[in-house]
Amino acid sequence: MSKIKKTIDWVDYRLPIFTFLKHLGEYRTPRNLSYLWNLGSIAGIALVLQILTGIFLAMHYSPDAATAFDSVENIMRNVNYGWLIRYMHAVGASTFFFVVYVHISRGMYYGSFKSPREMVWFMGLLIFLTMMATAFMGYVLPWGQMSFWGATVITSLFSAVPVFGENIVQWLWGGFAVGGPTLNRFFALHYLLPFIIVAIVMLHLVALHVHGSNNPTGVEVKSRSDTIPFHPYYTIKDFFGFAVYGILFAYFVFYQPNYLGHPDNYIPANPMVTPEHIVPEWYFLPFYAILRSIPDKLAGVITMFGSIFVLFFLPWLDSCKVRSGAYRPKFKIFFWLFIFDVVLLGYIGGNPPEGIYIILGQFGTFYYFLHFFVILPLLGKYEKTLPLPKSISNAL
Amino acid sequence: MIKITLNFIAVIILLCANCFASSQEPPKQEIWPFDGMFGRFDKQAIQRGFQVYKEVCSVCHSLSLVSYRNLEEVGFSKEEVTSLAAEYQVTDGPNDKGEMFQRPGKPYDRFVPPFPNEEAARAANDGAYPPDLSLIIKARADGANYVHAILNGYNHKVPDDFKLTDGTYYNPYFPGMQIKMPPPLSDNIVTYQDGTVATVEQMSEDVVNFLQWTAEPEMEARKNMGLKAIVYLLILTIFFYVAKSRIWVKIDKKIK
Amino acid sequence: MTKIVKKSKKKEITRRDFILLTASAMAAVGGASCVWPLIDSMNPSSDVLALASVEVDLDPIPVGQTIRVLWRGKPVFVRHRTPENIAEAINTDWQKLRDPQPDSARVKPGHEQWLIMIGVCTHLGCIPIDDPNGEYHGWFCPCHGSVYDTAGRIRQGPAPLNLILPDYKFITDNKIKIG
Repeated sequence: MSKIKKTIDWVDYRLPIFTFLKHLGEYRTPRNLSYLWNLGSIAGIALVLQILTGIFLAMHYSPDAATAFDSVENIMRNVNYGWLIRYMHAVGASTFFFVVYVHISRGMYYGSFKSPREMVWFMGLLIFLTMMATAFMGYVLPWGQMSFWGATVITSLFSAVPVFGENIVQWLWGGFAVGGPTLNRFFALHYLLPFIIVAIVMLHLVALHVHGSNNPTGVEVKSRSDTIPFHPYYTIKDFFGFAVYGILFAYFVFYQPNYLGHPDNYIPANPMVTPEHIVPEWYFLPFYAILRSIPDKLAGVITMFGSIFVLFFLPWLDSCKVRSGAYRPKFKIFFWLFIFDVVLLGYIGGNPPEGIYIILGQFGTFYYFLHFFVILPLLGKYEKTLPLPKSISNAL
Repeated sequence: MIKITLNFIAVIILLCANCFASSQEPPKQEIWPFDGMFGRFDKQAIQRGFQVYKEVCSVCHSLSLVSYRNLEEVGFSKEEVTSLAAEYQVTDGPNDKGEMFQRPGKPYDRFVPPFPNEEAARAANDGAYPPDLSLIIKARADGANYVHAILNGYNHKVPDDFKLTDGTYYNPYFPGMQIKMPPPLSDNIVTYQDGTVATVEQMSEDVVNFLQWTAEPEMEARKNMGLKAIVYLLILTIFFYVAKSRIWVKIDKKIK
Repeated sequence: MTKIVKKSKKKEITRRDFILLTASAMAAVGGASCVWPLIDSMNPSSDVLALASVEVDLDPIPVGQTIRVLWRGKPVFVRHRTPENIAEAINTDWQKLRDPQPDSARVKPGHEQWLIMIGVCTHLGCIPIDDPNGEYHGWFCPCHGSVYDTAGRIRQGPAPLNLILPDYKFITDNKIKIG
């Protein structure tokens, strides 16, 4: 036995890492997964990149209100490759959300959230919620005008809570307004939350491996001929996916690093001057539009959080027995209408709440909930679906 | 189908809605040497722009994120930078007596601001605060064209129906169309060391080149690295696609 | 039949090996180019490097006085040595010292009255106290009792080495540049 094999056996007998890796490689996966199934692993890479770049940024960042903005500029101007690490982190957050949004859309279209994969879906939603908290706090850290005022607007929402609202907000702020204490605690939490995301991702993957991946037909694996080993087929396909993601990522990092951001964040935070238009980052815009569409503060907050929590009920709202949208011609139309609605809400969220944007925002919000509470259940009950293939192999 | 079309038309109309609002003029789109994937710094223009900043703008505007030593990146020699820095008095201390004192600037010092703090700046400028210019081009939408438009935008006639507040100047490119900064540039207000004629247009171009560098000193390195990264990734993508196709050939054939 | 199968299998293996090798090589290059900026970002940044040298004007320092200058985050002792200091330093039997060094190795020729050393005790890093009236007329470290002489050499106490000399040069007779 070679020395290497002896070492491997020694380690494996005490902690079966190598057996585990071997199992992963042999793990049987549906043979017909499309490129939409690359997004999970790409999201994983995006998470790793954020953590790596984040840790190295944290070596130079100062979370004190007086020096935070300058510490970021110090990273950009003086730290070796600081500009690169900073732009990778900022752009990486956007590309991470983009990948996750397409990943979620894939799940909604192909019914990946349906039984028996509800827990995979729930873990995924928890990841999404944690990502949103992390990104929100991360954007505050450069302590620019948008950082400060975005933090003010969103934390002020909690004052809508009856009776305890003001106390809650002051507790969040650590003061009577967003300030130094707020910044410091946001930094501590922003550093912590990504590791919580890693833990939930592991649960997400464990839940996935219990019943295996869904596939574009929505028909479960029936026999071995429906599957192929994960390695080398999906490993090489995933590497290809990483490279494509890399190109998109590199284009923004090197050539348009500030395109997805807001110029106002290059102005140091000023509690005395509010920017003309306070806007969150693009990935929050649909929710921002929903929030603003309800004239009542508390109702607006509830509706906004509701728009995310409704996703937890999707396995029961989308009650159709047929899993995949590929065999649901009516559902397909409404799915794309839903996507259009979310994009429209995003566009509205980026505009001032004036004129026609108000009524459009309200319509968009109404239609969003109509999709979940009316359209999906009705489709589930009455849609005439196309005949399903007998198996994955048969469908080829 | 009708629903989708109607929605689509509505969105198109909305996209144009802003066109009819009366607000600041969008700046004229110029072509800059630093534009695009292969953009470069025009070091001569930056040096001239620095001269304009030094002789005109620095009276009111600070440049606090830039150090004198950074000027070596745009073609000044170490000696030029050292003597330039020494022209300025920097507050240092406390000394052994506990006092703050003034000393000549060193290359590692940041540009000395014209005012010690924002309050002093406002007091000297009728309540208005001349913003720090280090990041101004990144801090404004379409920053380069915006700064250029403002510097050249003072010679527009005030429209009859426009009420110009006392102490402001009409400039259609500034939000609200009235700006407290008096026109900073006039022809030949600066005598360029390299002999270029200092028209307002020339000076505004040079200043924009300079301010683009102060805002993004890493720009050339970034775009160079970007080219290498994207070429590498393209090759990697093609390679992995070929590898994937080769490995999947059996599976894909079975599909057919 | 077996022969043909064996042949195609062999070709397949080499092609697969080629793919694996090239992929690993490209991944290694890509990985290294991603990792290097992260590691290099931990090196001193350009503003820290700009402060890497300091100039000291020696004019205001009278004979017998020692001043402290901050350089790279540490104190540097600059002593204007008296003739007695210099004589003592030269006339020591330096070969018998714990860290043998002649006085000439610790000053610049023609500028023997100027002793310039990093004021950090070589034992565990405390800052020695200027002690011109002590036993060796040099410095005394209060932490664990190390005693240095008029050339900054260790004479008593636990420190293993003489006080470290920074890299410096005389710009003029009255001005030095450290670093």
